[in-house]
Amino acid sequence: MRPSARRWLPLAVLLAVGLVGCAPEGGGGVQSTKMGTITSRGKLICGVDGSLPGFSFVGSDGTYSGLDVDVCKAMAAALFGDPGKVEYRNLNSSERFAALASGEVDLLSRNTTMTLSRDAAGGNALSFAPPTFYDGQGVMVPTASGITTLKALAGKPICVESGTTTELNLADRMREQNIPYTPLKFQTGDQTYAAYLQGRCVAVTSDRSQLAGKRSSFPQPDAHTLLPDVMSKEPLAPATVNADPVWADAVRWTVNTLFQAEELGITKANIAAKVAEAKANPNQADLRRFLGVEGEFGKQLGLPADFVPKIIAAVGNYGEIFDRNVGPGSRLKLDRGVNRQWKEGGLIYSPPFR
Amino acid sequence: MARSPSVGPSPAPGLVTPVPWWRHRRVVPWVVQGAVALTVLVVVAFLLGNLIRNLTAAGLLLTWNWLGQPAGFDISETLLPFNAELPYWRGLAAGLVNTLRVVITGLVGSTLVGTLLGMASFSGNALLRGLTRTYVEVVRNIPLLLQLVFWYFVVFLSLPNGTAALQLPGVVLAKSGLYLAGFGDGLHWIGPQLQNGVWQAPLRLSVEFGALLTGLIAYTAAFIAEVVRGGIAAVPKGQWEAASSLGLSWWQTLIKVVLPQALRVIVPGLNTQFISLAKNSSLAVAVGYTDLYSVAETTLNQTGRAVEVVLLLLGTYLALDLFISLLMNGLNRLVQIRER
Amino acid sequence: MTPLLRRLRQDLFATPADGLVTVLLLALIGAGGFAVLHWALGQAQWAVIRANSTLFAVGRYPLDQQWRLWLLTALLAAATGLSWGMLRSHPRPDRGGSLWPRNDWMAVGMVALLSLALPSLLGLALPLQLRWWAIAALLLLLRWLAGRFGPLLPAPLKRCLPLGLPLLYLLGMVLIGGGLALEPVSPSQWGGLMLTLLESSFAILLCFPLGVLLALGRRSDLPLLRWGSVVYIEFFRGAPLITLLFLGQNMLGFLLPGGVAPERVWRAAWVLTLFAAAYLAEAVRSGLAAVPRGQLEAARSLGLSTPQAFTTVVLPQALRVALPSMVGQFISLLQDTTLLSLIGLMELLGTARTVMANPAFLGRNAEVYFTLAVLFWCCCAALGLGSRALERRLNPSTLA
Repeated sequence: MRPSARRWLPLAVLLAVGLVGCAPEGGGGVQSTKMGTITSRGKLICGVDGSLPGFSFVGSDGTYSGLDVDVCKAMAAALFGDPGKVEYRNLNSSERFAALASGEVDLLSRNTTMTLSRDAAGGNALSFAPPTFYDGQGVMVPTASGITTLKALAGKPICVESGTTTELNLADRMREQNIPYTPLKFQTGDQTYAAYLQGRCVAVTSDRSQLAGKRSSFPQPDAHTLLPDVMSKEPLAPATVNADPVWADAVRWTVNTLFQAEELGITKANIAAKVAEAKANPNQADLRRFLGVEGEFGKQLGLPADFVPKIIAAVGNYGEIFDRNVGPGSRLKLDRGVNRQWKEGGLIYSPPFR
Repeated sequence: MARSPSVGPSPAPGLVTPVPWWRHRRVVPWVVQGAVALTVLVVVAFLLGNLIRNLTAAGLLLTWNWLGQPAGFDISETLLPFNAELPYWRGLAAGLVNTLRVVITGLVGSTLVGTLLGMASFSGNALLRGLTRTYVEVVRNIPLLLQLVFWYFVVFLSLPNGTAALQLPGVVLAKSGLYLAGFGDGLHWIGPQLQNGVWQAPLRLSVEFGALLTGLIAYTAAFIAEVVRGGIAAVPKGQWEAASSLGLSWWQTLIKVVLPQALRVIVPGLNTQFISLAKNSSLAVAVGYTDLYSVAETTLNQTGRAVEVVLLLLGTYLALDLFISLLMNGLNRLVQIRER
Repeated sequence: MTPLLRRLRQDLFATPADGLVTVLLLALIGAGGFAVLHWALGQAQWAVIRANSTLFAVGRYPLDQQWRLWLLTALLAAATGLSWGMLRSHPRPDRGGSLWPRNDWMAVGMVALLSLALPSLLGLALPLQLRWWAIAALLLLLRWLAGRFGPLLPAPLKRCLPLGLPLLYLLGMVLIGGGLALEPVSPSQWGGLMLTLLESSFAILLCFPLGVLLALGRRSDLPLLRWGSVVYIEFFRGAPLITLLFLGQNMLGFLLPGGVAPERVWRAAWVLTLFAAAYLAEAVRSGLAAVPRGQLEAARSLGLSTPQAFTTVVLPQALRVALPSMVGQFISLLQDTTLLSLIGLMELLGTARTVMANPAFLGRNAEVYFTLAVLFWCCCAALGLGSRALERRLNPSTLA
């Protein structure tokens, strides 16, 4: 280092100290919301499981698909009009909240159960959109074991994925009924089911949809039975951080859009016709508002005016998403169950678009 | 950072110009160090400031109260008694004990196996030599995570279950673990029994523990074998010849003459391997063994206290590794040849 | 025949105990080999590998940009062929000077066999198979050309040739990531073997200088530098990599002002680098310890400055001693990239996990893990082989 350079050194250090001193004030000045960050970035970063059949996985052609993935796509379509502008990030159940809180992902669409402590500002401080899948925790056992009740599991090993509500519910239920048991915890779903299939555990517990889905892929699906006990309510919902209500609202109403479209019978196939119809007929005020032909729902949410048609054109309505990923159109073949529209006695219900 | 020219050969006495303070031999290093320290301090302060500000904004400022709350989850296999009503810190302690259990047994086992393998590469039997070589080359070049999965799912979980389990008097090896006879309540000798389709015995090692331990030992032993081989190779050939001319057998030569001399080369090399083993034990979660990392992961998920839990983890593993280093340094001092 | 029998007898059945060991080992090898073959040829369903071979190779890299990766592969093959030929065209003093020793013929055979058999085993489309053949042919052709005409090149040109390798690395980065008029491909779309190799090569290249600096720092007379290096090394050696990766992926957002954190693929690469540097520093330190102090004193007394003495006298000797353990660290580093799957990156193991979650391939875990093990073994064994060759070349007793 030349002497002249050395003379500059203290100055440089001082300057650095000064900059650091200023940084906190400078950083906090502008109230930039998540939406601004996402729009300027040009893509949505969506946290998914990445290895959960029916909900999120990567196909042989390298594209993501699944119910959780379609929520991400719907959000990208609402923001950019392009369902492809999503960067997916695989998260395991332990890192998902940290990733969301530190801003690594914008949206968590990863079969996450909505709970009080996760929602509360003093807990995980998340903000949940409406549940996209109502599930309940179940137990699967080999049919040959002859087990039909939780009591019969006393003293037996049970496989469970670690870091999930499943693990806690299992502990609670077993404690309530005073049944001793041995939990065997694995980090990923595939390990959990592999251990169960190899006979290490007498039972495996998880969300019932997941159990049914996995069972359909077993070599002999009939050799396994779901116990009738439902151990918990598991409303699986997309989540964002509590700190940004504007962004949380956009996500909430994007999910509601999927529900409302199914209720109104708007599908991926007929969306163009419906928009044309709404434009042509000024009397259909409900439809015109919903499809963004009139009113300013989009503006209020900070989304484009035609976000609804964009979403439906990209992923279809909730019913289509369900059928395609976990319902009759998939290998999982799950029943709609409580995930039917409210008019058919289910829980899928969108508040009015007014 | 380059040293100043004043360090080089000094000019002729007549031409000495007064050396300014910032070029003085004694001063320069301290100025450099001061600058480095200041920079580091500034960067750390910057990062910490950000951390505190961001955590406050997210409502996640460091607290440790959650350690006292009931954990709400169970641990299947513990030396310390634990249940869901006990606080988180008890769970973490139970996890730590589980980690220590696998680390300590792993250290002993891999040292034994590794030493044997290292010695076998000097065997007279060409097949044994070749096989040792192959083993080391195969095991060293495949990631431990894959090997653990192999041991657990392919080897251990294909053990028979229930009544079909492998049974010897007082010992049962089943899919759920190894069961040993021992003194049960009231000093009765109790052998393994099948109750309600589940084996029960006073002493039990789960297959998860077994798979983790086997995987760790098999992997670390390959590395230790290389260290031992290097150590033995460093002993001059004359020592072998001298010992065998005294009538010692191959085994006697190795144990009584060569290994004691090789130790001073081997021990420093073992340190790194031992530390690796301690850290690699955190892969336990892949095979369903509940170690410290696994408990911490569940805790993190339940409480959302990511920073605190990660700090605890880092601190604990660091302490564990420093402890191993300390032991090994002591051992190293013992085995060094005292020449004077 | 008799000398061979005698040799066998001496090697395998010298004593009764030896004989017993031999028989037992043979039985063990036979049983193990049979079990593996029986499974691989009879029970395994390899469709999962065939259908997902692109995913395993490059992850979710966009299809219309994959020509860039083909180009890169061709360039790498060309560079390999060239350097292979050039190395062989200069007969070494420690061996006979044949241009095509037996080793080389075996290597050529393996390259040809792999390029012919693997693509068709993987069920690739014919154009893709042809591309692999062309790449293999290019490699072998350049090997022959360089071996034949390499010595005729002017000396300055020959000396500049190694400079092509770092340039190629940078060019490879550009080809993969985009820039310079190429459409950018986001790192989140990189994956598979490509990401594994990229992460490990990046970390290997950068941890080397860092590790050397740390090793020198640890031996420095300046207490602050020494203690700084000690703290750094002990901290990184004491922390499990998975916690560091977790910190890097999920905590860095807290440490930096909003939005300036680098792409997570690079973050993981930096964490790997910082981690590996601590281990490398220890390897280099043991090498430095092996260089007698007199060497430094002699160099200084010749009028070299301390940095000069270190770079020209001490370090070359220290690094040669430290080479085997350094390569050992590199191999560990390559394997440690599997931990990236635990933080959600789509490197080989991460890709494998999502492939196994595809409903069409559920339950095909053994095939996938086996393939991964073979791939890793090949990469790591190649590193080890290269290091041993380098060791032989640098060994002063064979150079003479």
